[in-house]
This record gives sequence, C-alpha cells and structure tokens, in this order.
Amino acid sequence: MNVLKSMPLSGKLGALLVMFWVFIAVFGPWLAPHSGSEIVAYDVFEPIGGDYVLGTDYIGRDVFSRILDGTRFTIFIPLLAAALACSAGTLIALFSAVSGPRTDEVISRFMDALISIPSKIFSLVMIAAFGSSVPLLLTITAISYMPGSFRIARALAVNVANMDFVTVARTRGESRLYLAIKEILPNILHPMLADFGLRFVFVVLLLSSLSFLGLGVQPPEADLGSLVRENISGLAEGAPAVIIPAIAIATITIAVNLLIDSLRGGATYAARGK
Amino acid sequence: MTAHVSVEKLRVEAGPQGQAKTIVHDVSFTLKRGEVLALIGESGSGKTTIALSLLGYARPGCRISGGAVHVGEDNMAAMNAAQLAGVRGRKVAYVAQSAAAAFNPSRRIMEQVIESALMHGVMSRSQAEAKAIDLFKQLSLPSPQTIGRRYPHEVSGGQLQRLMAAMALICEPELIIFDEPTTALDVTTQVDVLKAFKDVVKAYNTTAVYVSHDLAVVAQIADQILVLQNGRMMEKNPTPTILNHAEHAYTRQLLSAVQDSDSYKDNEPGEVVIDIANIDAGYGKISRDGKPEIPILSDISMRVRRGQTVGIIGESGSGKSTFARVIAGLLPAANGTMLLNNKELTPAIVDRSKTECQQIQMVFQNADTALNPAHKVGDILGRPLTFFHGLKGAARKQRVAELLELVKLPADLADRKCGALSGGQKQRINLARALAAEPSVILCDEVTSALDTVVAAAILELLGELQAKLNIAIVFISHDISTVKSLCDEIMVLYKGKTVQYTSGKQFAIGPYEPYTELLLNSVPTLDPTWLDSRQSRA
Repeated sequence: MNVLKSMPLSGKLGALLVMFWVFIAVFGPWLAPHSGSEIVAYDVFEPIGGDYVLGTDYIGRDVFSRILDGTRFTIFIPLLAAALACSAGTLIALFSAVSGPRTDEVISRFMDALISIPSKIFSLVMIAAFGSSVPLLLTITAISYMPGSFRIARALAVNVANMDFVTVARTRGESRLYLAIKEILPNILHPMLADFGLRFVFVVLLLSSLSFLGLGVQPPEADLGSLVRENISGLAEGAPAVIIPAIAIATITIAVNLLIDSLRGGATYAARGK
Repeated sequence: MTAHVSVEKLRVEAGPQGQAKTIVHDVSFTLKRGEVLALIGESGSGKTTIALSLLGYARPGCRISGGAVHVGEDNMAAMNAAQLAGVRGRKVAYVAQSAAAAFNPSRRIMEQVIESALMHGVMSRSQAEAKAIDLFKQLSLPSPQTIGRRYPHEVSGGQLQRLMAAMALICEPELIIFDEPTTALDVTTQVDVLKAFKDVVKAYNTTAVYVSHDLAVVAQIADQILVLQNGRMMEKNPTPTILNHAEHAYTRQLLSAVQDSDSYKDNEPGEVVIDIANIDAGYGKISRDGKPEIPILSDISMRVRRGQTVGIIGESGSGKSTFARVIAGLLPAANGTMLLNNKELTPAIVDRSKTECQQIQMVFQNADTALNPAHKVGDILGRPLTFFHGLKGAARKQRVAELLELVKLPADLADRKCGALSGGQKQRINLARALAAEPSVILCDEVTSALDTVVAAAILELLGELQAKLNIAIVFISHDISTVKSLCDEIMVLYKGKTVQYTSGKQFAIGPYEPYTELLLNSVPTLDPTWLDSRQSRA
C-alpha cells in the first residue's frame, strides 16, 4: 500500500487501470449479461445506450459481453508468454554470465541470430506451418521476446558478476549455480521486473495484431484484437463494436506502461535515497 | 585588510521539507584574500557540502536553508541560477576529487580547459589558449605547448589533476575550491601535484578552500584549518596552532591517527603457512619458457608464517593486487611454485580442493562492493559456515553471533542488510566473513584505504588483536607505508611487478633502503608544515 501512496499520479492511474483490467480478465465471463457467442439482436452495429450497453456487433452479438469474455485472452496469454520469455531469458543470461567467455560468446551470438528475426514474420511463418492455437501463440511470443530479455539480463548480470562479492564467492569455491541464483539474481531482479512489464505490452500488441489479421485466437473465442477485426466493417458508421475493443487495448498497454514507469522511477529514487 | 570570503551561520538541510535533517550546523568563517583554508573531517562531516555552498550549490536533495556566503561583494546563498552561472567558473572555481571522471573523455583537453573562459567571454580563443599554455608551464606539466591537444586518457592521473587546476584557474578566479584533489593519487605523484597547487595559488593570490581528510597534506598547504565533525565546527585555528596545540579532543584524535610511530612488529615466527617461490603471472598467451604475453608479476617469492603479517607496498600498477589474486587462484600463476602448509598448491582455483579454498581467504578493499547488498548480514556470514563447516540452524546462528562479537559488532546486526551500515561496520563484516571460514591465511587488499583515518585505525587495531587471538597469517597489501610499517613483521616493496626490497619489519625501521623505497618513504607528507618546501629545495 505504501508503494501505491508514494507513486506519482500517473502511476496511481496506471495501477488502477491495471487492477481494473485484471479484474475483468478474471471475472469477466461471470459478469457478462449474455453469452459471448449468443446472437441477441437482429440489428447489427447498434450504438451505445440502446438495449445493450455497448451496442451489438456485426452479427448482432452483445459487444459488452464479448469484451468481458475476450479480455482474458488479451491479458493472460501475454502474461504467460512474457513470464516465459523473461524467466527463460534471465536464466540463460545468468548461466552465460557465470560461464567462461567461450560459452558466453556462443550463447550471445545465438541470441543475436534469434533477435534478428522479425517477430511478426516469425509468427506468420509458424502459424502458416502449424495452424493457430493458444499453445502455439504462447510458444511463438515467448520465443520471439526471449532474446531481448536475455540481452538486458545479461548486461545487468555481467556487471554484477564483476563485483567483489561475486569474486569472494568464487574464491570460496562456490558452484556456478550458487553464484547465479544467490549472488547475482537478487541484484538484477528489480530491473528485470520492469522489463517483464514492457515485454507484456509488446506481446499484447503482437497478439492483437495477429488476431487482427485473423491469425490469433480463433472463433468462436475472440480476444480484443479479433473483436476489432471482425467488426472492421462498422468503422465507417463509427460503431462502438470496433472502437471500444481498440480503446480497451490502448488502455491496457498505456496503463501497464504508466505503472512500470512509476515503479522504475520509485526504484531509482529509493536507490538514490540510500 | 577586510574579509574576502565570509561564511556566516551557514546551515544546510537534506531531505524533503518538513522532515529535513540538518547536515551543516551554523558554520561561520572568514578568509582574507590569498589565504588558504582547509576543511578537514571524516566522510559525512559536511566538508564537501560546505565547500560546494561557496559555489552557491547544494547537492540534489539538499538546500542551503540559512546563513550567508559572501565571496567579495556577492552573497552566493541568495543568488538565482542565472546569476550563479555568471559567477561560477569566472569568480569561483572548483577542482574535483577525480579528474578522470570530471573530464569529458571524447573531447581534447585544451577545449575543456578554456571552455569557461570562452563561455564567460572574458577572452578570445587565442588569448585563452595562450593563457592555458602559461598555466600548464606554471603547473610544471610536460610539453605545455602540445599537451592540450591530447585526450584525457592520454595523460597520467597526476597530470590530469593539474590540468583540472588549469581549467579552474583559466579565468583567474578569486576563490578556488579543491575537493580532495590528491586523494586518488599515488604518494609520489601527490607530492608534485601539491607543489604545483601551492605555487599557483600563491602566484595568483587566489583565496582557496582545500577539502581533505588528510591532516598531513593539509599541513603543507593551508594557512588555517577548520575541523569538522557531523556538520559542526569543532575548531578553527591557524595551522601551527592546530598541529602543536590542538584545543579540541577530536582534533587530537585525528592527529594521533596520522602521527608516524617508530614502532615495528616482530611476532614470534610460527611454522610456514604459505611458501611462494619465483612466481610469474600475467595475461595473454604463455610462452614456452613460462612467461605470459603481458607480464604483471615476475619472479616473486614470499614466505608467510603463522601469526605473522607480511606487508606488500606498491603504487597503483605495481601488481600488488594481482599478487593477491594469484595466491587466491583467481589469476593462475604462469610459472613458479606455491606451497600451502608444505603441500603443493595448484595455480587455478577450479583445481583446488574445498579445504585449500577454505585455508586462504581474501578481504577486499571496498566493503561496499564486497558485500552483496541483497543479503542480510547473517546470511553473508552464515554462508561460509554452511559451505565449509556444514553448520545449519541454531548452531549457525550461534556462530554468526560469535563472529559478530569477535569483530565487536552487536549481534542484532545479523538481521539487517548491509546497505544501512557505516563504512567501518561493513569492513568489520567483510573481515568477519573471511574469519568465518577459519582460514590459516588472510589476504587483505587495501582494507583501510576506503575508510576515514580514525575508523581505519580501529580496524587495524582489530586486525592485530584477531591475529594474536587466532594465530593466523596475514598478507597485508597497501599503498600506505606508515600503516604497513607499524603492522607488518616482514615488508615487501613492489615496483612494476618486481620485488624491490624484501626485509623484516625491524630492518625496515632502520634501513638501509633501496632507492625506490627511499623515494616512497620521502614522498609521504609529514605533519611538519615546512616538509613540502624543504623537499622543493632538495629537488
């Protein structure tokens, strides 16, 4: 609670929005007045404020319910993917930092090769090869964002690995595992958490754009990106069915960014205060 | 003659408004034109804060909350940012501790030296460059005509410090502030730099404030000394009075910490713990005759006995820290033999057994980086206990408490992280961690150089007591000759990776000395204010 209090206004706003979206993601399906896939009205692209809170979509389904239902994909897939990417990246980076220069070189060059593949092209190729499914989307996004996480973690870990306290542990004859997990990891955890937040945002955007292309989450399920795509024909008449999901994606990403920025600012302030 | 610089009831606060902590309490002093005042005290005594307030500057989070700072006609404490910008560099100038950090590495020196003159528009570029070359000559820099064309990394540390003084003096300021300008330098370099500062301050009749923690250095250059402790003035008197008739107890404590004692140590020699013969070490490929491509150490031999201390003296770059790393196995020796308790010791740490690792423990210079900030004190001390002796749970806790008591720290520190501890406390924990392994030899690499004099003296005393109690061997690496002299049974002087002299402490107290040892000994400032001048006449 103290963390929240000491945050700047933008951070509080971010935290509030993030909490709101996580709440929706968890409880959305239960809160929805209708089933997401049920066709409830004959009129398509109804405006806000009619019988349905956020109008209806291109075949007359309740937009409000569909958003409540779809948010969990937009939140949880990226959350899991970012967690996978960051933990894998960090662990490989730690191993690289405590290993000799040759191992480090091999791992780093491999990651460079991986990072040079554009994430969107990579996803398109993978989806073309294996067909879209939630586990595949998870794997793809985790793989494409892992090298970036590795680079940051390695840069931090190499700095810490050169500190005297690591040398002391080395002279004690400690194993590499101990050096990595006990000596180095606690000192790079904070910046890696900030990195995790950023990567989450990237994955949300990648996943939404894949869904927009029709290659993400497949019908009858729909994440926010798919909602934007399937209702794109309503754009001309300004239908809430296409605008609201777009706004939802925007607020999620902005909220997470605001939150991270304020956390990072707080962390450096604490370090300075010491 | 009226006062040129006067500070009245200066008060500086740190922290947010309302819950601010006062870090400088009502400090007042006056200086006549051309006088040199030294601010002396330990870290945290507020000496740099006071010096910076003369520039009208307070570090982020601090503010000047009361009093007046007059330099000539101007009240620096009451000026706004634009007015201050007009005065700084022109009327008041600053020489920082680390010139290496203060120079921009990507610009040529001349550009940076004359920058403030051009900015204030006091002279044209060609005038400024001519002036700079004059200053280079006065500061006895080599090849003054061309040195300005070099980049900062192309000159030595001592030269860079003098170039920084040239930068400060380019506009002929009325007041110049030296903030520990020689602390980072080797003794032999420090002498030249001090000499250059003293001459130049005299030549321009500049008022100067010299911040330092070293009384002996200050004695050479200052007319008056102001002693500070915890942001309060303890004593302010002319230099001879401070040195000979110090009024305040704290001043006397500082004095006694620097006083050179003629005592030497001569412990009963025990059995040989470490026997090192003809070590070569360095970096790069090792040739067929066992010499590394970039040699750091060549042909070093040393023997350390139980209960004895061997001191290794050398300036930066002499290879003294490398030697400790070679013994610890972090940098495998290319050549030569090492015996630990009469058994052959492999050069690389990865080939050593756990017991061998346990026998040799290293204590690093900087406790800030040697202790993991993420761990609690109890875990830092407990890890070697578990690792080497398999202690767990209550037994481990018990032993941690014993170790803390051994280094004279309260047992409840075990639950704290080391970020909040003082420098002296951290260094004690650093030492306790080495002792936790129950080693037969401890390698101390500059363990006191990051500490204040009084704190350092306490650590050294502790080290002596522990040695007597635990009968361990110590290799004590330092650049500080007087410390080594009073602490060590045997002394080795290193220069460029070679042994210059290796004698017993007893012999070292009387001589004779090798020429380089002689030079080192003569470069250490004494409390005698005429020391620097007498050296000058000899040179």
